[in-house]
This record gives sequence, C-alpha cells and structure tokens, in this order.
Amino acid sequence: MSSQPLLEFQALTFERDDWPLFSDLSGAIKAGEILQITGPNGCGKSTLLHILATIEPLNIGTLRWLGEDIAKCRQQYLADVAFIGHQAGLKSALSPRENLQWLSKLHPLSRCTSAAALARIGLAGFEDVPCYTLSAGQLRRAALATLCMTQARLWLLDEPLTALDVQGIADLEALLLAHVENGGAVVLSSHQPLANPAVRTLALDAMAEAAL
Amino acid sequence: MTTLSGAFFGVIHRDLSIAMRHRGDLLNPLFFFLIVVTLVPLGISPEPARLAAMAPGMIWISALLATLLALDNLFQADFADGSLVQMMLSPQPLWLLVLAKIIAHWLVSGLPVVLFAPLLGLMLSLPQAGFLPLLLGLVLGTAVFSLIGAVGAALTVALHKGSVLLSLVVMPLYVPVLIFGSSAVQRAVDGMSYGGVLAILAAVSAFTLLVAPFAAAGALKVGING
Repeated sequence: MSSQPLLEFQALTFERDDWPLFSDLSGAIKAGEILQITGPNGCGKSTLLHILATIEPLNIGTLRWLGEDIAKCRQQYLADVAFIGHQAGLKSALSPRENLQWLSKLHPLSRCTSAAALARIGLAGFEDVPCYTLSAGQLRRAALATLCMTQARLWLLDEPLTALDVQGIADLEALLLAHVENGGAVVLSSHQPLANPAVRTLALDAMAEAAL
Repeated sequence: MTTLSGAFFGVIHRDLSIAMRHRGDLLNPLFFFLIVVTLVPLGISPEPARLAAMAPGMIWISALLATLLALDNLFQADFADGSLVQMMLSPQPLWLLVLAKIIAHWLVSGLPVVLFAPLLGLMLSLPQAGFLPLLLGLVLGTAVFSLIGAVGAALTVALHKGSVLLSLVVMPLYVPVLIFGSSAVQRAVDGMSYGGVLAILAAVSAFTLLVAPFAAAGALKVGING
C-alpha cells in the first residue's frame, strides 16, 4: 500500500458565531484506514465532515487530496468521494430503486446494480415501494446502499449507525471492512465504538478542552 | 462514469416523476391562476369592454403570482432531505444540474400557465389580436420568472420561513417582464406592432438563461451554509 495519504488536512480552524469549534486540527487518512471522529454533541463532528466534503467552505487551513490542494482538483476529488450526511438524500416520493438510479447519474455508482446493492443491505423486497413508507432504519439502509455501488475511494459518513439495528450495524461494518481491504478509506462520525481493527479515532472534545 | 447529459436528464426525469406523484403541488399554482382570472368578472364587471381593457394586465399579474407560488419549493425540499448536497457533491458542474431543475420547474409550473392562458383570454374577452402576443410573451416571461426565481430561491434556501424574503428579492426583477409582457398584448389589441416589445422580452430571457444558472449555483454554495 502506498504511503501517500489520500486526504490530508492541516491546521483546520473553524469558528461558528465567534465560537471556536476546533482550531489547528491536522491529520491524514491513508488508504486502508478508518478514521472515527468522536466527541460530544455540538462539538463540530458534522462540520468537520462537511469541511472535508467541501460543502462548508474552508476558513483557515488546507485540504490536500493525493498531495494536491483541493481547490485545484475539486472535480477529481468529488469523483472519488462518497458522502452520506444526516439527511439521507433520498426523495420520499420515489422508491429506493429510483433514488439509487438518479443518484447514479450524479455519482460514479457502477460497481453493482441497484437491485444487488439493496439486496446486500437487507432491503430486498422493498425496491419499489415509495420511500415515505419505509422506517427510519430502512431509509438509512437505502442510503447506505449507495456505498455498495460506489467506486469512490474515500467515504465520508456522518453518523451512519443512526437508526440501524444490530444486523444493520453488522452489515455496515462488513461493508467498511471490505472497503478498506480494497484500498479505500473511511472517515465517519459516531458515538458507538466500531468492532473493526483498522479504526483510528480523532476525539474532538479533547481539542475543545485544550482550546479552553 | 457519470456523464453531463446523463446527470442533466437524470435530474429533469427525477423532478418530473416527483411532480407527477405530488399532483396537488402541481395543480396548486394552476388553480390559483384559474381562480384569480375567474373571479375578476365577478368582482369587477362582466361587461366585455371593461374586461377586455383589463385582460392583458390581469392575465400577466396572475401568471406572475402563480409562478411565485411554486417557487418556494424549487430547492427547499431538496435541501431538507439532503439531495441538494448530493447534487453539489456531484463531479458534474452544479450550474448544469441547477439548469435541469429550472427546466423541470418551468415544465411543471410555467408551461401549464401558458397552455391555459388562451382559455382565460376568452373568459376575459381579450380581443383576437391579443392571443398570439399573449402566448409568445408568456412562454418567454414564465421562463424568465423561473430563471430569476431560481436565484432568489437559492439565496434563501437555508432560511426558515424564507418565502417572504424570496418574494421581496425576486419581485423587483419580475416587474420589467410584467411591463413588457402586458404591453405587448396591449399594443397588439390597439393595432400597433408588438414585435419590438417581444424582442426585448426575448433578449431578457436569453440573458437570464445565460446568467441565472451560474448565479443560482453560486447562490446555493453560499446559501446552503445559512
């Protein structure tokens, strides 16, 4: 495995309403790694993931993708990133299959068919029902089905375990493990410890305390 | 890999299928349009001469308000369920996806208004000469309403109760379209040439078609972070 980190972030500082969420945060994610961001509610986990996904503009600090400044290679970066936020990004009027089909027009989701992805994530039989009839856990599974299909190397997952049952968590962990074994990388925020040997944690609360 | 045209038509297809499943939202602006124009003869006067004098302005004003009604939802729903973020994180250019959303929005809210306008012209006893400029003007005008409205909707997307602000932002920009659109009809009714007025309207719509998708995409990048 190459030693070149996929994503590097240096000296990230973020303030919201003059309140510092984190300051001088640095780190790197290499292929084959899972980085888990932990910390209490409101400490900036989602914000950090939004910054890494380039949704939130960078105030202070640099982001590098394969050694290059992300401002210069945002297009290539986005083609290699899968982001799933709190809101799953599914239209409630459409079925899981239709949602995956239109998402695959926007993102490189061609590793398998939407039907295979939904079967793998435990939604076989729910492919063609409207998403508003699904439960919260099933919706979360439908969103995670994109991970089965994506060719992106870096996954950014904001609280992916929310609403999942025991089997769902096990399925997701298997997906994560397969991904990092194939040379991918994952950054996720979660309060629960993951049963995975490759996990490194980044505690944002320690950062906040150090700042105070 | 994803393609430009795949992403473009994917978004149009998605928005149209959602609109077909929420037919209530689809029909709401159209009903508004129909109701306003139906009430005018009842509220003011059923006398054909008076109605004909008001018809161009009345139809244009209600078309404007009907498209304004539908504008709020252009990006709001996508923002709430996270699919807007998925669009912004697509490797395809955002302005293209925004343009696709605007086209879908026009097909759902602008086109029905255009198609129903001749019927309403009949109800308001609009003279024969006014129909063609009314139709042409509305095709161009409702397109401009959707394009300019998209910029306003993008700016106010993350604001709670942003619809009041949205109306305030876009209304001044709608006024020139309203003036040129209704005056084209009026001129035709009065027997004057209306080509020049329509040409200005066409120029305005060509210009907004060029500028608005970029402006709306830029506004979304700012607007999404509150």
